[in-house]
Amino acid sequence: MRLKTFKGGIHPNDSKELTKNVPVVPHIPTETIIIPMRQHIGAPCEPVVQIGDEVLMGQKIGDSEAFVSAPVHSSVSGTVVDIKMYPHPGGGESKCVVIQNDFNDTLYPDIKPWNLDVSSKNIKNFVANIQSKEIVDKVREAGIVGMGGAAFPLHVKLTPPKDNPIDTVILNGAECEPYLTSDHRAMLENPLQIVIGSLLIKKAVGASRIVIAIENNKPDAIKVLQEVSSDFEEVEIGILKTKYPQGSEKQIINAVTGRQVPSGGLPSAVGVLVSNVDTASSVAKAVVMNLPLIERNVTVSGDAVMNPSNFKVRTGVTFASLFEAAGGFKVEPKKIIMGGPMMGIPQVTLNVPVIKGVSGVLAFSEPETFGKEEGICIKCGKCVDACPMRLMPNALSMFAENSDVEKLKKYHVLDCMECGSCSFICPQRRFMVQHIKKAKALVKNS
Amino acid sequence: MSNLIVSYAPHIRSAKSTKQLMADVIIALIPALVASVYFFGLPALVHTVVCVLSCVFFEWIWERAFKLPSTIGDLSAIITGILVAFNMPVSAPYWLGITGSAFAIIVVKMFFGGLGSNFVNPALAGRAFMLLCWPVLMTKWTVPDFTMSFVTDAVSTATPLGVLAESGQMPYSYLSLFLGNIGGCIGEVSALAILIGFVYLLIRKVITWRIPVIYVLTVFVLTEILGGDGLYYILSGGLMLGAVFMATDYVTSPMSATGHIIYAVGLGVLTVVIRMFGSLPEGVSYSILLMNIVTPLIDTYTKNRIYGKPKTGGKSHE
Repeated sequence: MRLKTFKGGIHPNDSKELTKNVPVVPHIPTETIIIPMRQHIGAPCEPVVQIGDEVLMGQKIGDSEAFVSAPVHSSVSGTVVDIKMYPHPGGGESKCVVIQNDFNDTLYPDIKPWNLDVSSKNIKNFVANIQSKEIVDKVREAGIVGMGGAAFPLHVKLTPPKDNPIDTVILNGAECEPYLTSDHRAMLENPLQIVIGSLLIKKAVGASRIVIAIENNKPDAIKVLQEVSSDFEEVEIGILKTKYPQGSEKQIINAVTGRQVPSGGLPSAVGVLVSNVDTASSVAKAVVMNLPLIERNVTVSGDAVMNPSNFKVRTGVTFASLFEAAGGFKVEPKKIIMGGPMMGIPQVTLNVPVIKGVSGVLAFSEPETFGKEEGICIKCGKCVDACPMRLMPNALSMFAENSDVEKLKKYHVLDCMECGSCSFICPQRRFMVQHIKKAKALVKNS
Repeated sequence: MSNLIVSYAPHIRSAKSTKQLMADVIIALIPALVASVYFFGLPALVHTVVCVLSCVFFEWIWERAFKLPSTIGDLSAIITGILVAFNMPVSAPYWLGITGSAFAIIVVKMFFGGLGSNFVNPALAGRAFMLLCWPVLMTKWTVPDFTMSFVTDAVSTATPLGVLAESGQMPYSYLSLFLGNIGGCIGEVSALAILIGFVYLLIRKVITWRIPVIYVLTVFVLTEILGGDGLYYILSGGLMLGAVFMATDYVTSPMSATGHIIYAVGLGVLTVVIRMFGSLPEGVSYSILLMNIVTPLIDTYTKNRIYGKPKTGGKSHE
């Protein structure tokens, strides 16, 4: 069978062997839970609780009037002890609700146990009898956002513009970032929830086809999902070539459907909705159990970590507690990253809370991979071959150094998604992404 | 833990730095060096060492004189040195290699800003310079000498292409041409040794197959069409050395796949035209120098079609 893929891309060492066979274990929530009001793209939430309030596990504690936003919920039961600005893993600070955990995990009364019989006939009935609007409302109330890292509110994707009907739902199981295995474990351990979630997403947008797209470095996940989805004729498994950035939204759409999202456009413009696999399983839990997004799979890995692990983690626990649960550090880490090593965000402190978009936290000890100096371009063209958007990163980086706004526009700098393939491949170790980030700011402000 | 490093993503880099790529090219040149010593004796090795040391020295002294950061660590000057030597006849005096190296490094490479900013291949420009200034010294060929003596005492001869241009005869067998038992420049005689280096470069993914293969194929096909002996043409002269090691120079060759094809076909056409219709027996160096100059133009017209942009041929950046 021919593997689906896109043009360009790179082949970093995936380093997934550290954790891909490590089953997910629950991480015990800590005594103090810090819930940021900003855990998604869009408007931050405002707290709907006050200091001194008792809150239950799964109770909404922050919300916003804005359409592009998602409410946040308490991940434990306990008492609100503070509302203050606190360091945020995405950079800067965010208003946070601090909860003293009572360790009872008393559930909010709306949340029901999983009561759906999982025979395929029953699942089909359940999906057939639920209204699209009910799915969208429950997804919004559950605060579900894209869990692949970008954290875009899912209910916004589920209400596409009227003139752009969605025909294909792609579940993104590519997990192309090295080290991360949280989605891989989700596919192995909760395949049925993922399939149910995908059926609900398809129902919500009225699509006709579901493709669960997985890179071929995860043959076990492909097999499990093929078996679980065999009773649902509208679900197919798309096998992708292992290549970075295969899991990028535009690239996975191109690989699976052959379509290309227009420059500056959204996937709905070509009739596609892309959602992460773990997000789909959260949709299933939100619709069946009314369970909001308060816990997720997180990979804890990197060469400085004693026991690289996959944890089921409540939002609001600190990165420090995750590394502690993974046996601490075997060498002193020089760099801590939220997300994968290609696009992840470096941290200045371990005392930042886990938010909905955290797929992994990595700790590295090796300073030479970080590079302090860059050379001049030798025009080898490796970045031109690697760019998945088919841009010319070499030219863009030089125009950026000269602040040449006209040329930057002409060479479409704003189409860059900062995947880092050019920086990765550059033999002169040029800081391509930094130059391009600067260039984008120049063009936007011009 | 107080000193966490914060820098932009990506946080990992490919293992292949410029230095490692250049080291691979040097390794790929070793078979041709061994062949040259086998056929021409120790002077071939001495020439190579002299040129390498000169190139590294000139780059170092230039950067020192102008208080620039030293770049000799990227190993590119070593490759230039090897290639300058490979483009000389073994009978040439050693001072000629030093002069050629000085021109290649100082005038062609450092005047324009060093590696990455030169617009033609330094080694080839060095060869063209030597050929223009000392044409007699640069075209005094000897037949290979098997005695491994330090002093070359072999009789003068002509190159396969020289003979062909003069008299229309082809005195060498294909096997001799392939193995390298022929007259010619130090590094160009053995097609076999160069092909071993080519395979190594392909395996190490330093270069792609496109430029060398398309260049050689174009020469073969065009020669056959024009009534020549294609196989004889591709195995003789500097074609193999030029196609594998000089036409593929990152700095002076196009970047995209389409650009590679245009560039390689252009090289083939120019080489055959010079060889068959020009007054020179050999045309590889001038072809590559000319196509080096055209490279920025090729790059301008062969950009990739950007993701998400309508199909408009090569004008996607306009």
